[in-house]
Amino acid sequence: MNSNKEITTIIVGTGTCGLAAGARKVHEYFADKIEESSGPYVLKKTGCLGFCTMEPIVDIEIPGWPRLSFGPVTVENAELLWSMISEGAELPREFVLGAHADPEGILELHDVPILWETPFFRNQTRLVLKNSGIIDPESLEEYLESGGYRGLKRALDLSPVEVVDEVKASGLRGRGGAGFPTGLKWQFAHDAPGDEKYVICNADEGDPGAFMDRSILEGDPHAVIEGLAIAAYAIGASKGYVYCRAEYPLAIRRLTDAIEQAKEAGFLGENILDSGFSFELLIKKGAGAFVCGEETALIASIEGKRGMPRPRPPYPAQSGLWGKPTNINNVETVANVPFILADGAEAFRKYGTEESPGTKVFALTGNVKRSGLVEASMGMRLRDIIFDIGGGVQGDKKFKAVQIGGPSGGCLPEELLDTAVDYDSLVAAGAMMGSGGMVVMDEGTCMVDVAKFFLEFTASESCGKCLPCREGVARLRETLNGIVRAHRDESPEESLLRFQGVTMMEELAEVIRDSAACGLGQTAPNPILSTLKYFKDEYDAHVFERRCPAGVCTALLEYYIDPELCTGCGLCVRKCPDDAILGEKRHPHYISDEKCIRCGTCRQFCPFGAIKVR
Amino acid sequence: MSPPTAVSSGAYGTFEASDPGVLIPLMQATQEEFGYLPRPEVARIADYLGLSEARVYGVATFYNQFRLEPLGKNYIQICSGTACHVKGAAEIFSVLRAELGLDDASTTKDGLFTIDSVACLGACSMAPLVNVNGEFHGHMTAQKALKLVRDIRAKERKGA
Repeated sequence: MNSNKEITTIIVGTGTCGLAAGARKVHEYFADKIEESSGPYVLKKTGCLGFCTMEPIVDIEIPGWPRLSFGPVTVENAELLWSMISEGAELPREFVLGAHADPEGILELHDVPILWETPFFRNQTRLVLKNSGIIDPESLEEYLESGGYRGLKRALDLSPVEVVDEVKASGLRGRGGAGFPTGLKWQFAHDAPGDEKYVICNADEGDPGAFMDRSILEGDPHAVIEGLAIAAYAIGASKGYVYCRAEYPLAIRRLTDAIEQAKEAGFLGENILDSGFSFELLIKKGAGAFVCGEETALIASIEGKRGMPRPRPPYPAQSGLWGKPTNINNVETVANVPFILADGAEAFRKYGTEESPGTKVFALTGNVKRSGLVEASMGMRLRDIIFDIGGGVQGDKKFKAVQIGGPSGGCLPEELLDTAVDYDSLVAAGAMMGSGGMVVMDEGTCMVDVAKFFLEFTASESCGKCLPCREGVARLRETLNGIVRAHRDESPEESLLRFQGVTMMEELAEVIRDSAACGLGQTAPNPILSTLKYFKDEYDAHVFERRCPAGVCTALLEYYIDPELCTGCGLCVRKCPDDAILGEKRHPHYISDEKCIRCGTCRQFCPFGAIKVR
Repeated sequence: MSPPTAVSSGAYGTFEASDPGVLIPLMQATQEEFGYLPRPEVARIADYLGLSEARVYGVATFYNQFRLEPLGKNYIQICSGTACHVKGAAEIFSVLRAELGLDDASTTKDGLFTIDSVACLGACSMAPLVNVNGEFHGHMTAQKALKLVRDIRAKERKGA
């Protein structure tokens, strides 16, 4: 479709990723240029296209031409774009990403590919992300033009039971973690007796390494509102909350604005679209606690308490917020609902597998060439996502592992790259879908360090209520800290404890998995169990040979100064926190291995690159 | 939806005292105004909602967001999510602490800087990420982070 716009439109991607890459300056640049110029131009914002490596991304719509995407657009590149628009200068081909369509072959002449046929996009299936990075998230009109609120309209023509049945028939499963069937969850809340019920959208995306929920809220907030309104109608709720991380200020702002627009247009509030159904939606800002991703903890937090989980049953569907029946779904799950209602369960089932229909959005990051948000049909192989869409490992280093599912998930090695990405296959392989973080790790990553990283995280986020998680995870963390500690820093007792910890580690991990009270604790040992399973030799090297093959665990390394390069400036002496560097001014210095705590600070400060590790 | 910015000037009224769910929003609004939760304000909140101070304190210490100490003039968050971690966030953190002479404290003695490591800022493709006073800086290195801090310090000195 060519642009039907009569005025040249510049669209800057201003999601959080784009802003981190400098989109604000690019937006300011175009705003200034437009103000200076005499011609009419339109400057708009959009959410995240998902191709974060190429941020800042700028789209241009010139009358008569299809929409074009460019990236990365720095302020310098923006000048080239501006001269193309304002003076008809040649299309800056080096940083054109592609055309959104090209029905008349105009751009083929310019050697511009179709964006959706380029390697990053061609194997993706964009249902949830279809609007993200395309429409202006601050404009209800653009959401409506793209088919928005059709799902809600159809839902209101059906009975609540029929809506529940449609979602059940679609086979949609919760995108936030364990993959519980969404329709069934709705059914329980629908069947629970009571006039007062609630829907909650879990936007407390706490998994380090996952940001799809943020991106959906920033790029397509109305889809979440529409999905929640449908859920509320289905279960009979008149009030709902979006529980969103306070670390996502832009998402909160966009959602707040979208709620106001929806209210004004009659998609929220009293008597929605003259159906007699009323629904009020409020935002609750989370205060930063990973455990609040667990639904009973999240409810406690909304109630103004410490966010600690409680035993289930009763499930929130029977007794949730303020003791009333409550349905909780995560952002991505909710964002799937409008499509299911608008186009029907059958249309949704065309994507994905029998047991895991639909798509899943992954945050593909780490040591991968093309990183960003990737939406893939369920059942796609890991290899296809990492190597075809992601382009493989950065810098052509060797692939080592992919971490899936955040602190609850696991690390899978190269041999398992042919694993299909669906709920059940991932669990069988020792990882889990989690919220869909996918961190690619190359040979420079130490798997013991990765396990330690996650254990540190879960130990500090454990709410402390149940013993297996509070004490067990802390013991696991201690053991891992012992493994990466240098022998010389150890007392004999510590040495003994380390040995004991190593021999008991696997057993302890299994006990925690089987006995912790909530999902956080039960899955906390997964990073250890999966790395032990697939990267045993790396643990052995740390434990028996006291060395870190990847060169990451600094305590097992030795820092030294290359006398050829050292000028004796003394900067490292001043920066060393433990007075471990000795030497006379203007003569090469040396590091006392006994005193060195291997923080690596000196290496960063040395202007001559004289400090090295072995 | 936006919380009142003037808690001290009697905007408590927008928070229904009978609704226990307002505790966290009220604490957030208070922190927004003061930059942290001063002890007298904790007492005020408890008094207003009819809760014990211990209860409010319990909630304040449970969540990462709440601070009981004032924040430095410049607030730097170093993301330590998974992607940032594998790309060297820990080194950036230790180098910045060394540059600012911080040992256990997170705020410098002159009150110019507070440095925190945070779980995940959610822009993992830009890893490693540093948030300086609300502005995200992607693809950081220890060197670039040092420059950011030194630039701020130079600016502060000029201003002083």
